[in-house]
Amino acid sequence: MKSYNLTHLQELEAEAIYVLREVAAQFENPALLFSGGKDSIIVAHMARKAFWPARIPFPLVHVDTGHNFPETIEFRDDFVKRYDANLVVGSVQKSIDEGKVVEEKGFNASRNVLQTVTLLDTIEQNKYDCAIGGARRDEEKARAKERFFSHRDEFGQWDPKNQRPELWNIFNGRKHLGEHFRVFPISNWTEMDVWQYILQENIEIPSIYLSHEREVFIRDGVIMSTTDFIQQRDTEPTKKMIVRFRTIGDATCTGAVESDADTVEKIIEEVAAARTTERGTRSDDKRSEAAMEDRKKQGYF
Amino acid sequence: MNNSTKNQTNSYLDMELLRFSTAGSVDDGKSTLIGRLLYDSKSIFADQYEAIEESSKRKGETSVNLALLTDGLRAEREQGITIDVAYRYFATPKRKFIIADTPGHIQYTRNMVTGSSTSNLSIILVDARNGLVEQTSRHTFIAALLGIPHVVFCINKMDLVDYSEEVFYNIKKELEAFCSKLDVKDIQFVPISALNGDNVVNKSENMPWYQGSTLMYLLENIHIGSDYNHIDCRFPVQYVIRPQSEKYHDYRGYAGRIAGGVFKPGDDVVVLPSGFTSKVKTIDTFNGSLDEAFTPMSVTITLEDDIDISRGDMIVRENNQPYVSQDIDVMVCWFNPKNLILNGKYAIKHTSNDVRCIVKEVKYKVNINTLHRIEDDKEVKMNDIARISLRTTKPLLYDKYARNRFTGSLILIDEATNETVGAGMIVE
Repeated sequence: MKSYNLTHLQELEAEAIYVLREVAAQFENPALLFSGGKDSIIVAHMARKAFWPARIPFPLVHVDTGHNFPETIEFRDDFVKRYDANLVVGSVQKSIDEGKVVEEKGFNASRNVLQTVTLLDTIEQNKYDCAIGGARRDEEKARAKERFFSHRDEFGQWDPKNQRPELWNIFNGRKHLGEHFRVFPISNWTEMDVWQYILQENIEIPSIYLSHEREVFIRDGVIMSTTDFIQQRDTEPTKKMIVRFRTIGDATCTGAVESDADTVEKIIEEVAAARTTERGTRSDDKRSEAAMEDRKKQGYF
Repeated sequence: MNNSTKNQTNSYLDMELLRFSTAGSVDDGKSTLIGRLLYDSKSIFADQYEAIEESSKRKGETSVNLALLTDGLRAEREQGITIDVAYRYFATPKRKFIIADTPGHIQYTRNMVTGSSTSNLSIILVDARNGLVEQTSRHTFIAALLGIPHVVFCINKMDLVDYSEEVFYNIKKELEAFCSKLDVKDIQFVPISALNGDNVVNKSENMPWYQGSTLMYLLENIHIGSDYNHIDCRFPVQYVIRPQSEKYHDYRGYAGRIAGGVFKPGDDVVVLPSGFTSKVKTIDTFNGSLDEAFTPMSVTITLEDDIDISRGDMIVRENNQPYVSQDIDVMVCWFNPKNLILNGKYAIKHTSNDVRCIVKEVKYKVNINTLHRIEDDKEVKMNDIARISLRTTKPLLYDKYARNRFTGSLILIDEATNETVGAGMIVE
C-alpha cells in the first residue's frame, strides 16, 4: 500500500508556499525583502513556485547599505533579470544624504543599524502593507519568538510581549491603516534545511558562500574581508586566506570562516559538523545580549 | 564526495518532520529535559553553550541553566520566566523535530493551546514524587482538547524515588484511569531522569525492570503517517492563479493546501457553496503535474469546466461532503483580557474564509483541573475554556475538529482591535 508521507523538506516547502499565498490573498500591496543572501533567495524561489505559471505577484525590495559584497549585487541583478522580477532599491546612502540618519564613526562603524530607517521609509513611501522576510527562528533567540505573521504598529515597531497568538495554519493579517506586517515563511527552517533545499532544488547562490581565496584581516578573532568601507588598524595586517561566508550581511559586520567547502554538498558536511552557530560571525548581534531584540523593536526585520 | 557523506545527504533528504510540544510547570524539569534532548543529540552549539554558561555564572547559578537557551526576550531573562511559546529545532538521522516549548506559569492555557495546535505529539512531565497533580490533568485535558494524536507521559525524577518500579506503575495506573475520561488516541509512559539522562536518549541502567522504549526512540519511531486525515477530500481555495500571459492565456488554477483526503486527476468534484460539479483536470506544481496530491501539500488544481470559483470556496468529492451551516457549537479558548461578550459580534477566520458571527449562548465553562462543567458562572475570561454557540453571517464549510484539525478549527477576532481573541474547535 502507498504511504502518504512527505519528507521534512517537502512539508516545510508546503508550509512556506501556503504562507506566501496567504500574503498575496490577505494584503493589497506586499513586497519581498531580497538581500541576495541564501535565505531570501530560497523565499524568492518558493514565491516563483507558489504562483507558477504566473509571475511573482509582488516586487523584490533590497535595502542597500552601499556596503555590499560586489558578488551579492551582481547576483541580485542577475536574479532579477533572469526571472523578470520587479526590483525596488531603498538606499541607506540616500537616507544619510537626506540627513535622516547619521553615519557611525570609528573602527567598528557599520550601517547595519541605519538600515532600519531606510527600510521603514521604503515601506512607507511605497505604501507596502506587508514585507516578507527570510528570517528564521533558529537563527537568533529573539527571532525564536517571532510569529509567521508579525504585526507592526504605525511606527513600524515590534511588541514581543503583546503578539497575537498564532494557531493551526490560520493567519490573522488584519490591521489598521498605517500599520503593516512582516511575514516570515521560513520561520521553521534551520540552516541545515536551507542548504539541503538549495541542493535538492539546485538553486544558484552568490559565489562568496563557496570557498575561495580572499584578502582578509583578523579583528577580535573574526575574519573580515578587506574593503574600502572598513578602516583597518595598523595591528590588523592584510593577508590571503581560503574562506567562505556562512551568512551574508553588510560587508562591515559579516565575518568569514576558514573553509575549503567549494560545493553545496561540502557545505552540508561542514554545517553538520559545525560547533558554532551561523550568526557567530555577525558582529551586529554581539553588541549586547539583546542586540537583535532591540533592533527588531525599532523595526529591523 | 565520499560514499558515507553521500549516504548521509540522501538519508537527510528522506527524513520526516515531527512537531511536538512540551508541557510542564516550574520545577518539573522541563527545561532540563529539553536541554538533555538537545545536548545528547548534539544540537547545542559551542558558542551557544558558552553564552549561557557565562550568563548562568553572572546570575550566580551553580550549574548551567539550560532554560536560558529558550528564553529569548530581555524581559524573560531578567525575570527568569518564559513569557511566550519558544520554538526549538533539532534533528537526528531519522527525523527533524520542532519543539514548541510552552511555559508553565504565565498564561499557560493560551500558550499551551497555541503550541499544541500544530503538534503531532505532546510530552507531559510528571514528577515521580507527586504523581498526578492538578497541572497534569490540566495539561492532559488541553492535549486531548487540541486533538494531539500522541501523548507521552514522562515520569521524571525517578532518581529521587530510588528508580522504583512500583512508583512508576502506580502513577501509570492513575494516569490511565484519568485518560479513559478523555479522547486521546495514543498514550505512552516512560520513566526518566532528565537530570541524569536515564531513558531520555540512552537506555537506563538503573531501571532494568523497564522493557519499553527510551523517549528519543519514541520520538524517532512513533507512527505519524496517520496523523493527517487522508480520507475526506477537502481543498479550501486559497488563491486564484490567472497568469494572463501569452503562453498561459486561458489558465485558471486554484491554489491551496490540501486539508484532507487524496485528490487525483479525473476525480468527480463539487465546488461549495455553489454546488457546481466538475472533474479535476490537472494537479499542477512548479515541478510538473502530479498523479495525486494529499494533505498537507500545497498545489494548484485546474478543473474541466469553467466555473466561477474564488477564495473561501471549497472543492470536495461529491460523495463525501463537509457540514454546511450557519449555526455551530465550538469549544473556545479565550485569549484576551477583555471578556467574551454574549451577543457580541466577532470576525471569524476559518480555512480560507472570512465571516462574521454573533455569540448566541455560553453553554458551560470547563474547570480544566477537575474536568467538571461550570454552569453557574458563564463569564468567559482570559484562559477560560467554554462551549459556546455561534451564528455566522454566511454558512461555514466545516468538519468536526476531532475529524479534521484544518477544517474544524477557527479563530475569533475582535473587530475593533483586530486582535485574535479566541481559538475555536468545532464540536457540531
